[in-house]
Amino acid sequence: MTPEFIVLVITGIVGLTTPILLAGLGELVVEKSGVLNLGVEGMMLMGALAGFGVTVMTFNPWLGLISAACAGAVLALLFGVMVLSLNSNQVATGLALTIFGIGVSSLIGSKMFQGRITPVFGSVFPNSLAKDPILQVFFGYSPIVYFALIMVPLVAWFLKSTRAGLILRAVGENDHSAHSIGYSVIGVRYAAIAFGGAMAGIGGAYFTMVITPMWSNELTAGRGWLALSLVVFAGWRTWRLLAGAFFFGILMSLELYAKGAGFSFVPSQFWAAMPFLMTVVALTFISSRGNVGASAPACLGKPFLP
Amino acid sequence: MTAAPSSAIPPHSDHLRLSLSGITKRFPGVLANDQVSFSVRPGEIHALLGENGAGKSTLVKMIYGIQQPDAGEIRWNGAPLVIANPKAARKLGIGMVFQHFSLFEAMTVLENIALGMDASIPARDLEAKILAVMAQYGLKLEPHRIVSTLSVGERQRIEIVRALLLNPNLLIMDEPTSVLTPQEVDQLFVVLRQLASEGCSILYISHKLHEIKALCDTATILRGGKLVATCNPAVETSRSMAEMMIGGSLKDIQRGAGRQMGAAKFVVQDLCLPKDGPFGTALKNISFSVRAGEIFGIAGVAGNGQNPLLLALSGEAVTSAPAITLDGVHIGATSAKTRRLSGLASVPEERNGHAAVPEFTLSENTLLTARDRLGMVSNGMINAQAAKTYAGEVISAFAVKATGPAAFAESLSGGNLQKFIMGREILQKPAVLVVSQPTWGVDAGAASAIHQALVDLAATGSAIVVISQDLDELLSLCDTLAVINEGRLSAPMPVAGANIEEIGLLMGGVHGDATPSALPQESAHAH
Amino acid sequence: MRIKLERRPTPSRMMLIVTPIASVLATMLIGMLVFDLMGIDGARAVKDIFLSPLLLSYKWQDVALKAAPLIIIALGLAVGNRAQVWNIGAEGQYVVGALAAAGVGIAAGTAGGFFIVLAMVLTGVVFGALYALIPAILKTRWNVNEILSSLMLTYISLQILSYLVGGPWKDPNGRNFPATAPLTDSQSLPLLFTGSTVHLGVVIALIMPFVFWLMMSRSVFGYQVRVVGSAPQAARHGGFDAKQTIWIAMLIGGGMAGLAGALEFTGASHAINLGFPSGYGFTAIIVAFLGRLNPIGCLIAGIVLAVTYVGGQVAQTTVHIPNATAGIFQAMMLFFILGSEILVRYRPRIVTTAKPAVAGE
Repeated sequence: MTPEFIVLVITGIVGLTTPILLAGLGELVVEKSGVLNLGVEGMMLMGALAGFGVTVMTFNPWLGLISAACAGAVLALLFGVMVLSLNSNQVATGLALTIFGIGVSSLIGSKMFQGRITPVFGSVFPNSLAKDPILQVFFGYSPIVYFALIMVPLVAWFLKSTRAGLILRAVGENDHSAHSIGYSVIGVRYAAIAFGGAMAGIGGAYFTMVITPMWSNELTAGRGWLALSLVVFAGWRTWRLLAGAFFFGILMSLELYAKGAGFSFVPSQFWAAMPFLMTVVALTFISSRGNVGASAPACLGKPFLP
Repeated sequence: MTAAPSSAIPPHSDHLRLSLSGITKRFPGVLANDQVSFSVRPGEIHALLGENGAGKSTLVKMIYGIQQPDAGEIRWNGAPLVIANPKAARKLGIGMVFQHFSLFEAMTVLENIALGMDASIPARDLEAKILAVMAQYGLKLEPHRIVSTLSVGERQRIEIVRALLLNPNLLIMDEPTSVLTPQEVDQLFVVLRQLASEGCSILYISHKLHEIKALCDTATILRGGKLVATCNPAVETSRSMAEMMIGGSLKDIQRGAGRQMGAAKFVVQDLCLPKDGPFGTALKNISFSVRAGEIFGIAGVAGNGQNPLLLALSGEAVTSAPAITLDGVHIGATSAKTRRLSGLASVPEERNGHAAVPEFTLSENTLLTARDRLGMVSNGMINAQAAKTYAGEVISAFAVKATGPAAFAESLSGGNLQKFIMGREILQKPAVLVVSQPTWGVDAGAASAIHQALVDLAATGSAIVVISQDLDELLSLCDTLAVINEGRLSAPMPVAGANIEEIGLLMGGVHGDATPSALPQESAHAH
Repeated sequence: MRIKLERRPTPSRMMLIVTPIASVLATMLIGMLVFDLMGIDGARAVKDIFLSPLLLSYKWQDVALKAAPLIIIALGLAVGNRAQVWNIGAEGQYVVGALAAAGVGIAAGTAGGFFIVLAMVLTGVVFGALYALIPAILKTRWNVNEILSSLMLTYISLQILSYLVGGPWKDPNGRNFPATAPLTDSQSLPLLFTGSTVHLGVVIALIMPFVFWLMMSRSVFGYQVRVVGSAPQAARHGGFDAKQTIWIAMLIGGGMAGLAGALEFTGASHAINLGFPSGYGFTAIIVAFLGRLNPIGCLIAGIVLAVTYVGGQVAQTTVHIPNATAGIFQAMMLFFILGSEILVRYRPRIVTTAKPAVAGE
């Protein structure tokens, strides 16, 4: 195994990890505020579409990235209006959001962007670093990857050490108390939901702007659901979310390397199913340890009526 | 404790800190406050007295900006204004300590207090301020403890410290003593008197007459949302204030003379139950026995194991077979359904969602506990007509105000739903009835009807267990009384010769000197 | 002036019926506007999607065939949702049910007849239920979130399908196309009329709602499910076992999805290929909500959603909009129905308030 091969494996894992890390970080903040948004998959797809579409039209990946965040946030705010202002069931509304996102992204994507190709949103570092066979393990990534990695300590710091983070946790822990003290439960949750949507949107854009610079319907292939599982897996802790994302990234990369590593007797479908199977196993392991209930925000998924 | 409250700033009539005039608040179907007017001076401890449902909580919610009056005017230091939200109230210097604490269980004391502050203060500065305030008023709290590990008294202290950090000009206390031991009440009064002497006005909501006589300068009495009187509790008698509060004398409970108690019918022996979750209370070797025709009372401050005890007795939590005996049969290991078939009925404290399903009709709610005993089910199918008939019987026998068996449980007032639930169990003629807080949040008329029904049921030879936090209720209703504290039950004592002070001590724990220095150890049990 | 929500003393029965109908109408209206904005003839598209399947009699059997699995799956899901059990993996249970039926068919070889078909269908039910039992066990035993586990199992089931039809169960005479061998007529579900494609499964889909209605509104089990869902503590007080309820609700949900899969396979597709999972399991979730979790409601909502499926195909050829459009309409309907649910319990009221000076602002 050459160092170059190891670098290749690592960059592959980072690529698989980034979208679920971004979406997972967003969903973590949403769930910490007491809301369960199951529409991550739909928001990722809308981000993927907006990022791709705007980049195709403007040739500016940065604008594409901002559009992806906005598209995710807009879809998330639709969810927010439903569950916060109209008090609809969060589980069902999240599902509707996913179905809606799949439908809208497929409709617009296949109607307007089928067959179009954008340049890959590559590294911002000079090629001497970004294309170096070894050094690319540090410098060879899209800005989205560095953004995701920077967001981990930022989210951790926000939740733990800022007043806004404290209020957000309080709202997720006991909405009625937070309300009676005078915090706007609905306002905090709207903000959290919008943030979660933006992060999911950027995570989705990674598929169309970095992984495959072209459009295909439902290209997130269930990663939104993995991001949701990731939050439970991490026990609602930011740093564990990072570790979990890499764990899932490694699992997903198995499909790529299993054949080459002499596992050809195992059907490829086994490796494709692996991340999902391991998610079930991991969720079982984490949930059975019993401390999940204690670390989950107490108001998660419960409707709030003042 | 009865010493007259002293005030450094003498209350003077030309300056009013807070005055309300014509405050009216309407909710769908209820007039919560009707033209209420009164005022509070600086340094005055002003009682807001009334029964459950008299409109006290709604009134203070409007003062604290949680709700807005439909009509009327609030003046602060003489100027009319709208208190848009609690933040605005705090800006004026209004602090509030809620009856149900607005605390965040999974967070620390410090985080909880920080959340109550409107300005962002660095954690270290805040901690220093907290320690200073606690030293000033003799309050003890460890800032880095997680709230879920604290006792009820300690939790209230968080709320008080949180309010004091704002340097309030008006402190609202909503039923602050309902969860405290008598010793903790004394400590609280010391703090409140000190505050008043520094010029802070205190609005003290309670229905406990002796507390108001001991603490307050003025009392405003509410009944049915209307202001009945404003008086000086020092010159009123408890009886006169009670009459104003209740409005007319209540019917005494009628007991048949010379009631005969039968043999022991319901025996609990060494009942143990591990605690349910990290915040629960474990039951430790609970033993008592109830004779046929006897009403057995279990007193205690909230959260000392009353809920687990009810669950263990009703069968919702299963224990060992010999722990519970009904007519000589061990039923401790049987399910709720089996126990009900063998004649044990129960009514839990929480009406909505425990004793009844709010979004079901009354008819459907009878099925919840009466389906098997009254043959409303055959071959797995429900006999809806039987349920409807029975619901109708309960409604008429207990004078439940409802549109009929098809009325949704949530459409009934608390008192009427409670009468319905009690009726649903009593008309099944249970051999044993276990009830928790039978008259909690129920108006006086419904309460006396429920008490009468319990006495009548006992007269037919049933054994009755009443778990209640209302000591007066137990003393007037029960034949025998025991006190539950931290999951342990005291030795039973006949109500006839009961010593109130002793009961008070038992309620605060047998080693009950809850001096501040003893508190950290006491709360350490909660782990 | 603002809109204030006032809690109704009792839920409005009228709103319970009016809101789903209004949701369908609102979806049509919004759809029309959006299509016009996109440069597509909106009125034509909406007419094609929502009305043409009803107006063109030769589309009726298509509607019936699409409605059958939706209704059957939705009935099972509605039971779970009533008990607050969120099985969103019906698609996977549907696939596993169909695969199990196919397995029986392959094992039977050339044999056919009533008992073979019955065995295929029943095996489909059992395997669908067993596949749903996994999240049920994980939830009751280890407190694993059933939303995530049932969904993960759907993705796994798709890989199982891909493996089986591309490997061991591949039709040897199928030119290496990943699909099972088609069923013979004697192995297929009987058709109702010769010359039509409407099979016995459609009849089952028409009868089942009434069976479920009886079960949910008249049986102790239905009562138990409703109590567990509305007030878990009250259920315990009434002597009902919440875990047992979760189990049975999941088994019913999985069994019905498995039934739908087996009926689809034996009645309509006759072979399983990679395109067999067509999203019925997800659309059925919308059907269940649009039908307000009421079995008769599910019957009606199933037909409505089937109409949008068939109509989507019509619109694909007439106004050239992609198939995904039907999904958008379905999601919009779900949004409207969920968003309007608040009207059942609350009454909107316009309030005007004149405010004096506000303190502290």
